[in-house]
Amino acid sequence: MIPVLKAQNVWKIYDMGADRIEALRDVNIEIFKGEFVAIVGKSGSGKSTLMHILGLLDTPTQGKVILNGVDTKGMTEKQLAQVRNNEIGFVFQSFNLLQRTTVLDNVILPLKYSRVPSSEWERKAREVIELVGLTDRIRNKSNELSGGQKQRVAIARAMVNDPSIILADEPTGNLDSKTGDEIIKNFLKLNDRGKTIVLVTHDDELAEIAQRKIVLRDGTVVK
Amino acid sequence: MIYIPETIKSAFRSLLLNKVRTALTMLGVIIGVFSVVSLVSVVQGFQNYITDQFNALGSNLILVTPSFGGANQDPSRAFMGNKLSTKNVDTIQLFVGDKIEAITPSIRVVKQVKYKTKTYTATLVGGNYASYKVYDLETAYGDYYKKADDTKSAKVVFISWGVKKDLFGDKNPVGEKVKIENITFDVVGVAKPKGGTFDERVFIPATTAIELLDLETVSSIAVKVKEEYDLDEVMHEIKVALLRDMKADDFSVTTQKDILASIDQILSVLSVALAAVAGISLLVGGIGIMNIMLVSVTERTQEIGLRKALGATSKNIGMQFLTESIIISLTGGILGLLFGYLGTIAISSFLRATIPWWAVIIALGFSVIVGVVFGTYPALSASKKDPIEALRFE
Repeated sequence: MIPVLKAQNVWKIYDMGADRIEALRDVNIEIFKGEFVAIVGKSGSGKSTLMHILGLLDTPTQGKVILNGVDTKGMTEKQLAQVRNNEIGFVFQSFNLLQRTTVLDNVILPLKYSRVPSSEWERKAREVIELVGLTDRIRNKSNELSGGQKQRVAIARAMVNDPSIILADEPTGNLDSKTGDEIIKNFLKLNDRGKTIVLVTHDDELAEIAQRKIVLRDGTVVK
Repeated sequence: MIYIPETIKSAFRSLLLNKVRTALTMLGVIIGVFSVVSLVSVVQGFQNYITDQFNALGSNLILVTPSFGGANQDPSRAFMGNKLSTKNVDTIQLFVGDKIEAITPSIRVVKQVKYKTKTYTATLVGGNYASYKVYDLETAYGDYYKKADDTKSAKVVFISWGVKKDLFGDKNPVGEKVKIENITFDVVGVAKPKGGTFDERVFIPATTAIELLDLETVSSIAVKVKEEYDLDEVMHEIKVALLRDMKADDFSVTTQKDILASIDQILSVLSVALAAVAGISLLVGGIGIMNIMLVSVTERTQEIGLRKALGATSKNIGMQFLTESIIISLTGGILGLLFGYLGTIAISSFLRATIPWWAVIIALGFSVIVGVVFGTYPALSASKKDPIEALRFE
């Protein structure tokens, strides 16, 4: 079976004059369709760097990232943007919603950079907003929402282009534990529907809900 | 892929999030375009005014004036060394008489005209009995003064419509008496309204004016040429005739077309110079846009990172910011134009000011250029932001 996402011999080295920082050292991972994988590690272990590379926001110094069997190395900026748009859904710790913009418009945002015709935008956005249970808040502005609601909008936004994989970077980091649990339930629900999810967290307990754990230490996969 | 209408919509949305800031940024362009447009329209108004004045005289008019003696001579020479007199009128009449419809000496001074308790400050024009033809005057009441009035320096006055309205209201003033320099004049007729300064004039026989003002010379001589003759040819013949009595330096012969052309030229240069000065304020407006757009790029760094993560290319981001600055400057340009137009309407009772089509195109064109020029650097700096750093930006 072809993995949805594969990191092959990935190195990320920052040359800072005399210092040479190896943020990732020969990382090899494979994530298969429908999996719920947690990437765990302490602060500075390289997990954020790995997520950026897996999300095609950054390029490895060595090695390659293969998405759905396609090597992403050597892709142009425009091609990478298109792949991010179509294949990857991001959920960030600080939600990153557009300020003073409605739930609907926030969720529509990725569609604006896609090939989906504008006549389809609202219907598609409504579908995913319903999935995260925010239909009654659809016209509310982002600043009128609670933290949990904001993160649910971010999940809906990540889902709207029906990506192959969702990358969530500490999605519960800014939430209280009860709200955090609700967000995790949302992810589990999506996973039940067959969505591939990669959860990046420093929280071992949270990582337990994943089917598989990838533990990073000093830039290397230890487990 | 992102559609142009969507970019414009999204730019409007971002700008409306900071209404006050957007409006203040726009103000620079509004003031710039407003000043360009209103200055140009005022100059245009003057041009219209002068053209109207000349057109009122007809196109086949030749003016003989004391010579200005060239650019490197004392301009006061034209007045001090004035040698034009009624004798020259006779000379022209004698030599070119068959080609001219009418000729008159012209004396102009500003004088007060009094009727009972009312006073009107008018331009007193001294001309002969034929001067109504030269000035294209039509009679509303009474008649113009006759040759006999010229001969005997009669104290008669033909008044224009504006003077009549001011001093006599609706009544027919023919037969009434007015005082000029404390001398009583009989009103013999009233001219139909003609517009401009024509309606502020009173006409008396040239001989009377010379006597009244104790003059030896006349301000100018106006000649109306018969339609069938060539203006330049007659002009030359007048010159030749006058050279019998005067030196070439003592007088100049011009058609009103020449005068109009030189005034037009001066006003055109003035118009361009004023527009250039006003253009500087447009430049300042542009710098204001760049400043605010740079602030906006920094403030929205996280948004830029997010958009890139969600699939925006650097070009998409650059276009978004460039569109915002063009919208600011173009909207400012349109508003400036609108205010300029309203200003033109406001002064229309004094001056027939018009906004020429080229000023509209230049104003709008320049505001778009200002938006592009001053929006490019902020747009480039936005598009170059690294998505990871931008996402981390607090």
